[in-house]
Amino acid sequence: MTEALDILTQASLWAAVLRIATPLIFGTLGALLCERAGVLNLGIEGIMTLGAMVGWLSVYWGADLWTGLLCAALAGAIAGLLHAALTVPLGLSQHVSGLGITLLASSLTYYVYRLVVEQGSSPPTITPFQPLAIPGLSDIPFLGPALFAQTTPTYLAIALIAVTAYVLARTPLGLAVRMVGENPHAAEAQGIDPTRVRIGAVVAGSALMAVGGAYLTTSAFNSFFPTMIQGRGWVCIALVVFASWRPGRALAGALLFALFDAYQLRLQHVVGALVPYQLFLMVPYVMSIAALVVMARRARVPQALMQPYRRGER
Amino acid sequence: MRLERRAHVPLGLAIAAPFAAVLVALLLAGLLIAAAGADVLEAYRRLAIGAFGSRLSLTETLTRATPLMLTGLAAAVAFRAKLWNIGAEGQFYLGALAAAAVGASGLGLPSAIGIPILMAAGALAGMLLLLGPLLLRLRFGVDEVVTTLLLNFIVLLFVSMMVEGPLRDPTAFGWPQSVPVEAAYKLPKLLPRSRLHIGLAIAVAAAVLLFIVQSRTVFGFESRAAGHSPAAARFAGISLSGTLVKVALISGGLAGLAGAIEVTGLKGYVTTDLSPGYGYSGIVVAMLAGLNPIGVVVTALFVAAVFVGADGMSRAMGIPSFIADVIVALSLLTMLVALLLVGYRVRK
Repeated sequence: MTEALDILTQASLWAAVLRIATPLIFGTLGALLCERAGVLNLGIEGIMTLGAMVGWLSVYWGADLWTGLLCAALAGAIAGLLHAALTVPLGLSQHVSGLGITLLASSLTYYVYRLVVEQGSSPPTITPFQPLAIPGLSDIPFLGPALFAQTTPTYLAIALIAVTAYVLARTPLGLAVRMVGENPHAAEAQGIDPTRVRIGAVVAGSALMAVGGAYLTTSAFNSFFPTMIQGRGWVCIALVVFASWRPGRALAGALLFALFDAYQLRLQHVVGALVPYQLFLMVPYVMSIAALVVMARRARVPQALMQPYRRGER
Repeated sequence: MRLERRAHVPLGLAIAAPFAAVLVALLLAGLLIAAAGADVLEAYRRLAIGAFGSRLSLTETLTRATPLMLTGLAAAVAFRAKLWNIGAEGQFYLGALAAAAVGASGLGLPSAIGIPILMAAGALAGMLLLLGPLLLRLRFGVDEVVTTLLLNFIVLLFVSMMVEGPLRDPTAFGWPQSVPVEAAYKLPKLLPRSRLHIGLAIAVAAAVLLFIVQSRTVFGFESRAAGHSPAAARFAGISLSGTLVKVALISGGLAGLAGAIEVTGLKGYVTTDLSPGYGYSGIVVAMLAGLNPIGVVVTALFVAAVFVGADGMSRAMGIPSFIADVIVALSLLTMLVALLLVGYRVRK
């Protein structure tokens, strides 16, 4: 029992929490941005898969790591543009279109990966991002190695939370995004073009999702393998509800989630002989469902979420 | 440019839509085949041969279409009532596991009694699995898309736990697979010297039955009304939650049945790679069919042919067989657009 509690005092656990949370932060922020503008983006699972592969492949073909992330973001933006085109001007079912994007983006990813890497060969590796110790802060005992010796994309993710929160709450652009998500008719009356704002939000959000995927191949690991996203996209969709569509709470949700995940990984070593490992692996998915149930009634859903907007139509 | 709803949808247009959608999907996938440096027409010729070119390939396509028909029906019946069941994959696995567990428990029943019991066990498991997310939606307002998706991962881990634990076959040389069901419970073959089993007949019968239920019964009307306009349905005195529960029982039951049939029709035991995504492909099958149960039989054959044919094409030409998944995913998106063009007119 004390062993199970000792885990919580290891600096490596807290370092792992931030590492596990990073792709979730990118993904949740991306999904949140789409949904605040009124578009559910179930393409997230496929877009993260695509981003993971494109990020890795760009670096494998000689680009530097940041260019790799940029290429991933671009690929995600293109997939997002497709989803936006189908759901915003055409007003097609956001559920079905999103699932279609996930099926298309992931199968396309596997197809291209197989063209580059032959079946049966071991996945080629790249040199990933190295931890960047923040001078001064990383020397603090316990807290230093736990929080301030991450790779740069992790710091970027946390900074993006603040930027998104600021833009959404305090800028005209953020107000426009929120308005088209709450009441596109009122937005239009104010001279805002709901179609353009929604498309922009979905494209930007999808780019963020893809960067979350690319973090896995360029920082957390050093290669790509199929099925590596493992439902992280769906977890992000649940985290958006848990966060009640607020960026700050999304950070808290992602960290809480990552804490459980990192903890169960370590707990496996302690009690692994007694409990089947699959039960531990179920924890993230069970937690996501639990989070949905707890928050569903309390959350402030964007009022126009999943409602297509056609000018002059009610 | 704007879209204007057609007052009357021409029948010819509605029938042409899936064909046009598939054609465009094949054209787009052709670009990817060309990008791989292969001859596109030769590739599609190989695909057709791989799917229909011999007795073996034809029976293989029909065998592969069987679970797709059932998961396609599961999606079609649910989507018509706007119940977004994306959990057919999990329901398939839980149905397979339930059938395998009952079939290997040493009951020693004759085939005529044992097989229906196994089918019922599979269907029941699928039903129960979908009732959970539906209850969460009705009681707490939780979107069933995300919960059914998340449950797919939980169920697959549960299956993995069972085939490595209590249900593990000790004679399988260390492979994680369940104890095979008794020989009496294996489904009879439809054709000798093939893998094709009577599951195909069951799937087609289910499609016909569902078509009749949907077009000729009060429940069929209620489920359509629930999907089309919940407010109007409520005004007409239809219990929305009661209708959705019935829809969920049918949808989950069909997906669970698919799993039970796949186990008893083919290998007789469960592994964690029993389904190459039948649950997800079923969504495409249902959408291509315009959610029509009879159409599902046809579109399941198409999707199965793409998968089986792509294997042959991949072996012959070195194109990754993932091209099949790309074609199927593209078909879903092009079909969505085609359905829009059928229902709406584009006005300048």
